[in-house]
Amino acid sequence: MAAVDQAQLFEFLCRMGDNTLILGHRVSEWCGHAPVLEEDIALANTALDLIGQTQMWLGLAAEVEGKARSADDLAMLRDVWDFRNVLLVEQPNGDFGQTMMRQFLFDAWHLEMLTALTGSSHEQIAAIAAKSIKEVQYHVERSGDTVIGLGDGTSESHQRMQQALTLLWPYVGEMFLGDAVDDAMAAAGIAPNPATLRAAYDARVGAVLAEATLSIPDGGFAHKGGKTGFQHSEHLGHMLTQMQWLQRAYPGASW
Amino acid sequence: MSSPNAAYPDTPEQTAKPKRHEWPLWEVFIRGQHGMSHRHVGSLHAADEEMAIKNARDVYTRRNEGVSIWVVEARHIAASSPSDKGPLYEPSESKVYRHPTFFDIPDEVGAM
Repeated sequence: MAAVDQAQLFEFLCRMGDNTLILGHRVSEWCGHAPVLEEDIALANTALDLIGQTQMWLGLAAEVEGKARSADDLAMLRDVWDFRNVLLVEQPNGDFGQTMMRQFLFDAWHLEMLTALTGSSHEQIAAIAAKSIKEVQYHVERSGDTVIGLGDGTSESHQRMQQALTLLWPYVGEMFLGDAVDDAMAAAGIAPNPATLRAAYDARVGAVLAEATLSIPDGGFAHKGGKTGFQHSEHLGHMLTQMQWLQRAYPGASW
Repeated sequence: MSSPNAAYPDTPEQTAKPKRHEWPLWEVFIRGQHGMSHRHVGSLHAADEEMAIKNARDVYTRRNEGVSIWVVEARHIAASSPSDKGPLYEPSESKVYRHPTFFDIPDEVGAM
């Protein structure tokens, strides 16, 4: 493995861990509220998978950083501007269809990313990817089936899914935008340049959305600023007040 | 991408709540890590068999219980009637000689 700047490696690991943390928390908001019991349990399982992956990514990030912070510290004690998740995952749940559309659009990217990371030159990253990928293969199968079921369902479910896709599609582009951190990871063989994942993503997502009878909106506009930390949407701060309040109110509380 | 499907024209505003269609009930059978056969573990609702298997995976194998899942729609199960209990089962009560308890079973046979 070529030498890599540790600050950039830390940044990359935070991006992976923050994506799973923020989406995991968002999905957990459904617990007890999903339309049917079976979906409620399935969503809770997905949320727990993602939080479990977060522990590995942020645990490694903390180790790389070497400032005696733990994965919990990174999750619970950073503020909005330190988060490095893509904007897609912090978007509100909306209705069940919007949640499943967000899930599918992320899962499809997540699977391509983890597939590439299993071949990472960084041993621990390859190991985390290998463990996570089995969970994510199931996530994408489930969310894809639900997108098809609701998209090609009743006229109401179809309308709602089309609205969800129109709303969320402009957040897809950010997942494939590279920057200096990505260039450094690619040069060291640690992670792929995200743009290289786009073709496989488009093929998978295009096939599912076609089967779901949904149309991808025109135009290439992409919201950005989440993964670089430049500017998150207003939703993240509100979410963090829920997610972090206990550690903020009772610092160091544990159980 | 493809054009919006013509099968879904704009939905007019609905005044009444849409009728809630219940998904069919499925019975779930799981074969455990060391189990020899599938065992009935419970039931759940799902729109079709693929979804029933996914739901079964999420509801009944969360704690690493299973290596194989069967689902069958509950309406396809034919069941005996509890009121037929007498004629169905009582005649065998007095036929103790039908139990293979009078034989020594060699260890090599394994679980029966």
